[in-house]
Amino acid sequence: MSMSHNKIPVTVAEVVTLNPLIKRFRFVRRDGASLPAFSGGAHVVVEMDDHGTRRMNPYSLMSAPSDTTGYEISVRRDDVGRGGSLYLHQHVKVGDDLVISAPVNLFGLDLQAKKHLMLAGGIGITPFIAQMALLSAMAGRFELHYAARNPGLAAYADDLRARYGDRVQLYYDDQDQKIALAPLLAGQPLGTHLYVCGPKGMIDWVRRTATDMGWPQQCVHYEEFLAPPTGKPFQVELAASQKTITVGPDQSLLEAIEAAGVDAPYLCRGGACGQCETDVVSCDGHIQHHDHWLSDEEKATGHKIMPCVSRFEGRSLVLDR
Amino acid sequence: MGLDFNQETFRNDFTFRNSPKAIRRFPFPFHEDGYMYSVNLEPHVPGPKGSVFEHTFDVDEHYVAEMRDRALVLAEDPLRCQSLPHMTLAGWDLLELIMTSKARDYPHWFELHKQGDKWHWINKPLEIEQKFTFGDETTLPYGPMEYITRQTQGDFSLQDHRDDNLWMDAGMITTQADWSLDFDVGMSFHEWHAPVPLAHEKGIFDRALKFLLNLQLGAPVRRFNWTMTVDPLLDTSPETYPQWGPTRASLTPETIGKRMHLRVELQTLIRLPRSNAIAFPIRCYLIKFDELVTVPKWGRRLHRVIRDLPEELAVYKGFARNRPMMLDYLAQYDDGTPTSPGIWPD
Amino acid sequence: MPKTVFEPSIKSRPTYGVLEHRPGTAHLMVADAEGAQALLDLAHSAPPTLWTQAMIVYIPGRSGQQFTQALANLSPSQLHISPSYAAAQPRLHKILQTAHAGLQIYLAGTESLMGQAQAAAMAVGVPHRAVQMEHRGSLARRVQCVHCKGITENVTTDPFECSHCGLNLFVRDHYSRRIAAFQGVNIDAEDPGQVPPAVERFT
Repeated sequence: MSMSHNKIPVTVAEVVTLNPLIKRFRFVRRDGASLPAFSGGAHVVVEMDDHGTRRMNPYSLMSAPSDTTGYEISVRRDDVGRGGSLYLHQHVKVGDDLVISAPVNLFGLDLQAKKHLMLAGGIGITPFIAQMALLSAMAGRFELHYAARNPGLAAYADDLRARYGDRVQLYYDDQDQKIALAPLLAGQPLGTHLYVCGPKGMIDWVRRTATDMGWPQQCVHYEEFLAPPTGKPFQVELAASQKTITVGPDQSLLEAIEAAGVDAPYLCRGGACGQCETDVVSCDGHIQHHDHWLSDEEKATGHKIMPCVSRFEGRSLVLDR
Repeated sequence: MGLDFNQETFRNDFTFRNSPKAIRRFPFPFHEDGYMYSVNLEPHVPGPKGSVFEHTFDVDEHYVAEMRDRALVLAEDPLRCQSLPHMTLAGWDLLELIMTSKARDYPHWFELHKQGDKWHWINKPLEIEQKFTFGDETTLPYGPMEYITRQTQGDFSLQDHRDDNLWMDAGMITTQADWSLDFDVGMSFHEWHAPVPLAHEKGIFDRALKFLLNLQLGAPVRRFNWTMTVDPLLDTSPETYPQWGPTRASLTPETIGKRMHLRVELQTLIRLPRSNAIAFPIRCYLIKFDELVTVPKWGRRLHRVIRDLPEELAVYKGFARNRPMMLDYLAQYDDGTPTSPGIWPD
Repeated sequence: MPKTVFEPSIKSRPTYGVLEHRPGTAHLMVADAEGAQALLDLAHSAPPTLWTQAMIVYIPGRSGQQFTQALANLSPSQLHISPSYAAAQPRLHKILQTAHAGLQIYLAGTESLMGQAQAAAMAVGVPHRAVQMEHRGSLARRVQCVHCKGITENVTTDPFECSHCGLNLFVRDHYSRRIAAFQGVNIDAEDPGQVPPAVERFT
């Protein structure tokens, strides 16, 4: 059976400009009913009709997981990207109707942890806000280290300091402050779990350092949503549904498949979860793999593609979809 | 209340029985004249009115008696209910799901009144009234999972989702088909299914796990499992096997219709919101052979299923020694005519 | 290649590898009897600096006395020789409770020893797969009676008599990491008294 997607019709109840780059949106259910509670680290996929192009972007929920009156997300404007965040920033206002997915968690807390050590970079702070609300209600032990470019862009820093005191440590790039990672990791009690969300470079640095210091991989958690990259348009043949589609320059292959009315599975839409993995029937050209789901070997064989972020250049690509 | 619920026992004098209405709505698990393992998952959406699928949690005429039996099992062996320390949040999720569902689906029996996190629960059939604070264990007589599953038919396991696997880290298991929660608690999906024959080789559990890891909030699924039980004993646990094992050797052609029961598990899988765990209710329904054959289609089909079942499965399900006698009995109700598709009576 | 080759079995039956040096901020090694040889073999491939950060707890039993000097020659930061796992437990718990993330755990020897030490590590939050284990020596099993919950150590025959309740149990390959034991189930429940002869299976 195919995975059913539970969609929730919502209305935008609040839009707050936090700083020049970040806006916060609050959604309530259109029918006035409660939303489901969710787990810290969960995201929703927000569907947008961007002037004829259907965008479906994942955003971490940052409101308190127990607050069922509304969901909040924070969106960082990406001026060079394909437009999902720009659309939210420029066109979505209070009272607008949107459709979101039910919450999905690909970055959950391991509640067995004796302690939760959280490292956030920039907008990567959002899942931790929900997780800290949960842990604090459960009297869980946690500590957040939050790095941002400067105090003006460190959305929520003051808020979190006020709420959690010394359990929140701040680092600003423009003041040459950097997380002293090795000593920080060395001092943690056995059974600590490490969570990192932020730019790719930060995630790689944290994971590599933890591995080198003997941290088990089951204790190191990370979340990185890739925005689907833009590129040249290309054609794809969908063998199972007998359709040929064209993927636009700022459209993802997955979005193009959906626009053609073909039902395709997905969860994260950011190259991480593996749900949209699709078999390649034949390929005459070069697949631009952008995901971090397929192994390097799998990418090299060219037998599979993750249509949420990957693209193609060449003569012909036929997919089993 | 007296008219709604049977006065009956699942031990000693075994007065359990199904009313004609309960027989008609029995979840007969075979949709065709044969059986093999498959990932037979389907969406757990409301089914026909009056059927066991009508509501998220089916409450039937056996409710009060089953809850009394559960209390007896727990008094004898508290290890049948366990929750590893990190599973309390999932327990609250389950409590919320069950209370909300029952109050919505059976308002004449159950009420839930909420004011913020101050909750007031009324369970009329069991004569329970409880005011408590949601999220605060000190305001309930048991942990949240134990509290609500002492009031809900069927076994429950709560599966933690981590490291791309599911871990059976909590459960209330008193109506089980011969497996031990105390032994299995803490195991991964493949580990607790390890003793099941044939299915691993077919890749059943690999596919099922992959599917379940992607189970969505608000989109539960269900499947059937089944076995055979001599006498209407809900608690066929390995712990008490020395007590009930001998009954398997005591069937006679005269008593088999009354004593042999088809045991059906309606298993549902539900993603929980706060914990991201998966609740796995395993609801056990029993029906005597004598009751089952009152539906001619079921008598014919069960005969064919049991006749053609691979020996490994008969051994695993514990009825290999009684299979010839079961077939002699069931053959009387199989005239060889074709059966209609689907599980419901004609 | 592991020194002990086990027959293929069900998915809950543990499997064991070969100890290898892994980066870490401290290294805890627990071994019994022939398990010492796995640590000595590890010394062939591991850098000498490993031992300056290593704490070894060793339970020689009857067959391991010959290895204690060789272990001492590795010059670990701590070497504790203990007469039994039970006697070693307080020390082991102290080490685990005060350790920092980054501790590497190496276990070697019998399944009973490795299983119990792994369960102790899990209790302080170490993921079970982060614990390295290499089987050496006896195949005797630690078995829990599913009926009375008593654990019988050093089970070598199948069936065997539960040392607590006296029931005749057959030994399954089904294994619980939490209890660190295989499961024993009454073999003559359906036909009381019909107990097949015990066969030496785990030596």
